[in-house]
Amino acid sequence: MQIRIDHVSKAYGDFAAIREVSLTIRKGALVALLGPSGSGKTTLLRVIAGLEHPQQGRVILDGADVTETPVQKRGIGFVFQDYALFEHLSVGDNVAFGLAVRRVPIDEQTSRVRELLARVQLADLAGRMPRELSGGQRQRVALARALAPDPRVLLLDEPFGALDARVRAELRGWLRRLHDELHITSVFVTHDQDEALEVADQLVVLDHGRIEQVGAPAEVLAHPASPFVAEFLGGTHLLRGDVRDGVASFGGLSLPVAGTGPARAFVRVVLENPTRQVGS
Amino acid sequence: MRRTLIGIAIGFFALFLVVPLVVVFATAFRDGVVPYLRAIATPDARAALKLTLVAASIAVPLNIAFGIAAAWAIARFKFPGRRMLVTLIDIPFAVSPVVVGMMFVLLFGAHGYLAGVIHTKIVFAVPGIVLATAFVTIPFVARELIPALEARGPDQELAALTLGATPWQTFWRVTLPGLRWPLAYGAILCTARAIGEFGAVSVVSGHVRGETTTVPLHVEILYNDFQYQAAFAVATLLVMIALATVIVQRVIERSR
Amino acid sequence: MKRALPGFGLSLGVTLTYLGLLVVVPLSAIALKTSSLTWPQFWATISAPRAVAAFGLSLGASLVAAAIAAGFGTIVAWVLVRYRFWGRGVIDALVDLPFALPTAVAGIALTATWGPTGVLGRWLHAIGIEGAYSRVGIVIALVFLGVPFVVRTVQPVLAALDPRLEEAAATLGATRAQAFVRVVLPALRPAITTGFALAFARALGEYGSVVFISGNMPQRTEIAPLLVMTKLEQYDYAGATALALVMVVASFVLLIAINSLGRRTQRRDRTRRRAPAPDAVPPPAAQVIA
Repeated sequence: MQIRIDHVSKAYGDFAAIREVSLTIRKGALVALLGPSGSGKTTLLRVIAGLEHPQQGRVILDGADVTETPVQKRGIGFVFQDYALFEHLSVGDNVAFGLAVRRVPIDEQTSRVRELLARVQLADLAGRMPRELSGGQRQRVALARALAPDPRVLLLDEPFGALDARVRAELRGWLRRLHDELHITSVFVTHDQDEALEVADQLVVLDHGRIEQVGAPAEVLAHPASPFVAEFLGGTHLLRGDVRDGVASFGGLSLPVAGTGPARAFVRVVLENPTRQVGS
Repeated sequence: MRRTLIGIAIGFFALFLVVPLVVVFATAFRDGVVPYLRAIATPDARAALKLTLVAASIAVPLNIAFGIAAAWAIARFKFPGRRMLVTLIDIPFAVSPVVVGMMFVLLFGAHGYLAGVIHTKIVFAVPGIVLATAFVTIPFVARELIPALEARGPDQELAALTLGATPWQTFWRVTLPGLRWPLAYGAILCTARAIGEFGAVSVVSGHVRGETTTVPLHVEILYNDFQYQAAFAVATLLVMIALATVIVQRVIERSR
Repeated sequence: MKRALPGFGLSLGVTLTYLGLLVVVPLSAIALKTSSLTWPQFWATISAPRAVAAFGLSLGASLVAAAIAAGFGTIVAWVLVRYRFWGRGVIDALVDLPFALPTAVAGIALTATWGPTGVLGRWLHAIGIEGAYSRVGIVIALVFLGVPFVVRTVQPVLAALDPRLEEAAATLGATRAQAFVRVVLPALRPAITTGFALAFARALGEYGSVVFISGNMPQRTEIAPLLVMTKLEQYDYAGATALALVMVVASFVLLIAINSLGRRTQRRDRTRRRAPAPDAVPPPAAQVIA
């Protein structure tokens, strides 16, 4: 579904979280809202979801103005930063929740839950309770739960924030693959630029409540629209190459790596004896 | 030093709690088991028990419902006067029971402010007892639920909403199940207090034996009549309820 | 302001209506009734010798009892948190019993035990102290009720106290006593103060247990709630409400003071790292006045 945000502003008391933000997200895209803390990215995500109500502006999903529509009627899927699993329900019941509240027949619920748990590779854990799971497993349950009612858009708030580096890396690739299979419009919030660059089709860079730049990762890296973007994403070069016979080749750069096929490399050059550079 | 302190602690509880409770049971059974059973089975005693249970079974559910509503409003939303509301809920703790009873007499008594408006007998009758009991037990459930809800945060409820649940579905399927233990704990405290309330009910009841006496009042009547063995016999019922309360509290604590 | 979470209007409405009907309206009846007295009448009622004696007794006995309760309560909390011994679980459970026990039962039990013919009271009687029908008796009953407040307020704070603070004191050369006085006690002071205030508030309004153990002798062992009761029985409603108003105002002031004390303690604790307190029961603050 297409998401359009039209001159949306949201303030908390005196603090303006987002100011006059306008954005269009095309159907089926995987978009990252990227920025430092306080940039308004989570607020924007929650406004799209309907968890926050903007003081100004409109949210339009698939051509329909949903600004005044309550969250439960928007048909969105939301994955919270701390997963917000229902602690008193089993994994299976968690995933089935969106179906149960729509009074979907039990056998349909069961088969859908099984299908989704298989997809997130947690097939045997339907009977477990959330507290018995690891962080990465809880994350995947939250995802399966959000996907169960067939949402039109998937929103994720710092989905990998609380996990350790290795699990994070695994899940990132996995989210990308999931998106490629399901083609569901997805928006996720992150402050981690590597994550955004690796996973997203499109970056939206935010700072202090305003959009600094929108574009594909390579584009944003190569042509930063402002000093902020350059500094925030600065110093990372995107190289394209190929992996063959255990070696990834990028022009003059060769690295041993498992797998085969086209690949990207993000390269950051750090000076051994840095001198302060002014300007972009 | 360690021994001294432990000795003081144990000594304190022995002298001020254990011995008095033993005295209660000893006096109750002073003349044997049969008089004991007779004392707790008199018509007046049974009427008192029934009235106590009636009052508790109305007051406690009312205050559970109130506690849930108040906790939801206070823990999940910010609004002006929120802190004052919390203090307002605490007021029944601060008011002396005699004053509590008196308030209702002032309202519903023969010359009371609402005497012309309400024509059923409220004070010196069962409704007054229920009101007084409800008043003194107002804070118990709310005070357990508010911190519990605050500690949990709204994310689970928000998640339920994003999954398409209606507000009521969210309440029944997510909020309440998550509050099982604080709710049980608060309800137990509320019930124990409702059963044991003395001062407020004393003022409001008129002490009509067999009609408007609760179990604690019945104990008082027997005691003032110098029927010590009977008074303590009935008192043992209350002690056992208190002990049961503490045990259930422990069990709930462990399950949390 | 539009909120994503539903139910604000309903829950607040129910809350305000219920409290309005059951708490605010009855309380205003007291204010209303008192206003039917003229100022001189009001003043005469609350300054009558019997009334003054009753207020003084309530105040004095409550202060003394709260102080004793603070002492005993802190010791009990210390023992429960710092030591392991046989019977610890039982003591921990017993702390909650005065909360759950009807005050009338506490009253007759304490009177029977500490009175001149009582199992323990006879020893006191032999040395000339009356454990019942006396001011001592009143204090005994009020201490009984106050100790749990202090224990449950101090216990969690003590349990959350970082043991490294005392270790640091030890490495700097402090004896155990010095470490206690200079490190532990200051940290516990807010909690002990709160516990004292709670025990004090509870004692002020107490009726059920005191009415049995005090003997209710005017100007000697007649506490304020009792005087109110007596006036009610004599149908002196205006007089009773005058006294009641003074009591209500005093307890409101106390309640506000306790709540702001509690908030200050919370704020301080939030900046300190919270260690898990396995046995700590969250204090039910100003509880029960029966």
